Amino acid sequence: MTIAVVDYGVGNLFSIYNALEHIMAGPELITEPEDLRGFDGIVVPGVGSFGRCMRRLARFEPALRSALEEGTQILGICVGMQVLFEGSEESPEEGLGWIDGKVVRLPASVLVPQIGWNTLSIKRDVEILEGISDDDFFYFVHSYHCVPADPSVIAATTEYGQEVAAAISEENLFAVQFHPEKSGEKGLSILENFVRLSRC
Amino acid sequence: MLAKRIIPCLDCDLAVPQGRVVKGIEFKEIRYAGVPWELATRYYEEGADEIVFLDITASSERRETMKNVIRATAKNVFIPLAVGGGIRAVEDVRAVFQAGADKVTVNTAALKRPDLISEIAGEYGSQACVVAIDAKRRDGPGEGKISVSTPEGDSWFEASFYGGREFSGVDAIAWAMEAERLGAGEILLTSMDRDGTYDGFDIPLTDAVSRRVRIPVIASGGCGNPDHILEVFSKTGASAALAASIFHYGEWGVGEVKSHLAERGINVRI
Repeated sequence: MTIAVVDYGVGNLFSIYNALEHIMAGPELITEPEDLRGFDGIVVPGVGSFGRCMRRLARFEPALRSALEEGTQILGICVGMQVLFEGSEESPEEGLGWIDGKVVRLPASVLVPQIGWNTLSIKRDVEILEGISDDDFFYFVHSYHCVPADPSVIAATTEYGQEVAAAISEENLFAVQFHPEKSGEKGLSILENFVRLSRC
Repeated sequence: MLAKRIIPCLDCDLAVPQGRVVKGIEFKEIRYAGVPWELATRYYEEGADEIVFLDITASSERRETMKNVIRATAKNVFIPLAVGGGIRAVEDVRAVFQAGADKVTVNTAALKRPDLISEIAGEYGSQACVVAIDAKRRDGPGEGKISVSTPEGDSWFEASFYGGREFSGVDAIAWAMEAERLGAGEILLTSMDRDGTYDGFDIPLTDAVSRRVRIPVIASGGCGNPDHILEVFSKTGASAALAASIFHYGEWGVGEVKSHLAERGINVRI
């Protein structure tokens, strides 16, 4: 059993594929919704605009929802986190709406996009962040950030002009605003945690 | 808090099969420094925040060789990889991304056809498009140019293309602002006057650009020791510092540079 990476035609999946291969997660790039069945875990990447991601992800929505309901571990990364919400200030398209709340632009007081390494403030003791501390840095690249209606879904935040949701954990659904596949050894640890949880 | 980034830059000659890292002085006098993926892996292990590969070759096999370099690097290096040199169209971007790159830097082709920036940003997002500007100081205020007060008197800065071999007549500072408007995610700003000299970054130039754009500026050209990086972070709004020679020839490790900065109050990832 392996980890699926949803390849829905946005951006660059090589990095996440490579990182999963490096930790021996046996990744598979999945380009058709009907092939999404039977995986231990599913990674939903995302780069570029929210609207473009949603338009291309739409055909995967039923397959992803079934997987979520069947208890498959799902990890959204970057815009792959944002699409879990109801919508974004960036684009008129509706999000998946699995998490109540909106995606809004980073404050004007800081350089946008946030590009670079930032630390976390861990809010909850969750398995996906096992082995991670507030001193560890992760690589962020984003112009928008998630604002959940219920802040209790937030597992960690980061500080960028204001407190920004960096990681979400709710049952078998995880999401990170940063790029674990580009965050050195600590990022790989998070992917390892995800793979381990997927195989439980 | 967002850390200041330290970015080793590998100038790659791709005329040999594995490629080789070289370094020029003021864009001339080339010196050999090592195999690209080996150096990249070493810098990753030492704590580099990102790695930039610049293709300085003009050979016809360059594209394949660069893809091999990126592929070999991306297997073991899990930080952002940027690739520049010879990126002229979205198809060139796709090719290096499929090999494992995360960002491209565009220079000559964007100066000649600025819409390239919007095209890359539209397809891959602004974060994927770094606009590299090689700036040469010109004496005097310059007609219709943004004038900067420097220790050598009022100056303007001219953007160069073709790796410093030709000059565009374009005001480098105004071009940075235009690049931001077109969708650039970052500006990689190299001082041609300082590049390879070890005399330190061009502070007035870096300050002038970082004051005028709202995207990250990567300072480049002239880094000879960690105090130069300390200076550019203390005196300008630069988000990152790029250096080549001080890392290549074993004078400083990336980790040593970061410890030096951290001890002096700069927030870096250690």
